[in-house]
Amino acid sequence: MDQAEELGRESAEYAKAMDGPPILLTRASEAAITRRLLAPIFRGGPGWKLAFLITLGGSTICWLAILYTVVTGIGTWGNNIPVAWAYAITNFVWWIGIGHAGTFISAILLILEQSWRNSINRFAEAMTLFAIIQAGIFPVLHLGRPWYAYWILPYPATMRVWPNYRSALPWDAAAISTYFTVSLVFWYLGLIPDLASARDTAPTLTKRRIYGIFALGWRGSARSWRHYQMAYLILGALATPLVLSVHSVVSLDFAIAQLPGWHSTIFPPYFVSGAIYSGFAMVLTLMIPVRRIFKLHDIVTVRHLEAMGKLILVTGSVVYYTYVVELFIGWYSGSEYEIGTIQARLFGPYAWITWTVFGLNFLCPNLMWFKSIRQGAIWMFVVSILINIAMWLERFWLIVTSLNRDFLPSSWHIYKPTYVDGTIIIGTMFFFMFLFLLFLRFVPFIPISETKEIRHLLVSEEHKRERERHAQGIDR
Amino acid sequence: MRKGLIAEYGSPESLLKGALAMRAQGFTAMDAFTPYAVQPVMDALRVPRSRVPLYCLCAGVIGGGYGYLIQFWMNGFDYALNVGGRPLGSVPAYIPPTFEATVLFASLMAIFAFLGFSGLPQIAAPIFSVPGFERASIDRYFLGLESLDPAYDPEIAVRILRETGALRISFLPVEAPDDAPIQEPA
Repeated sequence: MDQAEELGRESAEYAKAMDGPPILLTRASEAAITRRLLAPIFRGGPGWKLAFLITLGGSTICWLAILYTVVTGIGTWGNNIPVAWAYAITNFVWWIGIGHAGTFISAILLILEQSWRNSINRFAEAMTLFAIIQAGIFPVLHLGRPWYAYWILPYPATMRVWPNYRSALPWDAAAISTYFTVSLVFWYLGLIPDLASARDTAPTLTKRRIYGIFALGWRGSARSWRHYQMAYLILGALATPLVLSVHSVVSLDFAIAQLPGWHSTIFPPYFVSGAIYSGFAMVLTLMIPVRRIFKLHDIVTVRHLEAMGKLILVTGSVVYYTYVVELFIGWYSGSEYEIGTIQARLFGPYAWITWTVFGLNFLCPNLMWFKSIRQGAIWMFVVSILINIAMWLERFWLIVTSLNRDFLPSSWHIYKPTYVDGTIIIGTMFFFMFLFLLFLRFVPFIPISETKEIRHLLVSEEHKRERERHAQGIDR
Repeated sequence: MRKGLIAEYGSPESLLKGALAMRAQGFTAMDAFTPYAVQPVMDALRVPRSRVPLYCLCAGVIGGGYGYLIQFWMNGFDYALNVGGRPLGSVPAYIPPTFEATVLFASLMAIFAFLGFSGLPQIAAPIFSVPGFERASIDRYFLGLESLDPAYDPEIAVRILRETGALRISFLPVEAPDDAPIQEPA
């Protein structure tokens, strides 16, 4: 009875995997798949050293700019009253948002049993971790005195004060640190079986020892697998509300302020959908070159592009819907400040950003209606870059256009970034790529055991169908 | 596993066959070592339900309670803050950190419970000295029979396992590098 149920389930999973473009094209042996997916960490990829040096140089410049900021003071940046939040918070929101797609892929798609997630979840999760690291830099620097950043933590201080938990900022600290910790744990748990594969195929003793230590002695025992699966599922279930909560909390930083253009209840869903939208774009930006460089077209297939294209369409449409609602509610409120903010956004000094954001964020998701674009790697890459730019501009627009026109026209002020602002944001992109390159070089970036599991499912189901066809042929 | 018999198989199906045959013989103390989770094998071995969720639930409840109470105590008593005349125990404001604490505690418990129940980390284990066991994480499927089992009889076991297609059978503990394998891979 049990086995019959099992077979029925397998057939259903097979049908799901092969519905549309298949999720896995390779039928190579398990040993061959393992060897191939571990080759990048033992032998490296083409041009890795050059890319590594470039990103190392870029990160160094970023760190020098940060050092200059810390030593000289926050006056090196362009922000001032009334635009007290500018590039720093824009970058923070942008990077945190990018992280969300990783958690969405690893958690929500796990709970929804979307097996296509298995080929890309590892590097989407790594992207999350590295994006949170970049994001974390900005609020700390924005303090002006980053060495006091620990004041946000509830520790028993000699001054006998505690953080004020009625403010959204300590929520933010709690949300981001929890998010990072949970993402790290989730990522590492998923890595354990693959680190064991790396240990068992390592070409040198040193590598064998290092991967052996990180694999924690994993043996793939049936009992361990049962606990593993359960722990993985639980982490997925715990990370699911986290995807929705982190950016909601970030949006509350804005929404609980009374500024026109920020003080809006639509902010949490607006931020979350924007985050997932921009995150999927970043996954594509990273995935498409990696797929081409390592020739992974049979493991990261057209199906993955297609599925992510559809998700971009959905989340992008939610974002666009929010733009419309925001404009409508601003007008409907009857408040002259809200209406003034909307007028300033549409026709004021930053109008070009508004129209760029509206244009790109309308165009990019709607291109996903077309199958040829959704399935074309180059198209998707171009679109993903445009989305990344549009979403950065969107956050800048959201933050600066509300701040630069204060309630008092006498304090209106046009924000201009300095070269330090620019260096730090460009620099964090290099630092992000630097971490990502290290990840590609030292960590198995496609989940090996899950790929083998899917392969086994597909192969055994195909054999079964072959046999059935054969039997029918003989009957006839 | 410290002492017993290890059989190597080339596919999860033959491993399943072996496990079912041994179970039919009355063996219960068995474990399988596979490169990925094989659900039917876990069911055939009657691996019990994991208790990880229970631990996570407890950790989550404790974390959430702690998160809430510590805020209540900090902002309501030890450093009572009057923010615009709002009540000192402002429940809605404390919910986001409470939620974060719940998730944090439960997630950390998930990985620690998994490690604890699986007996990890254990970097060096006796089973690693079984010849060919390094392929347990690549493309071979191993069935381990504990010698503690009252039904344990190496001769019967070797015969049955060979019939079900075992490629090689070894004994634990492995004494010397070469005398362990009884049968070389076919």
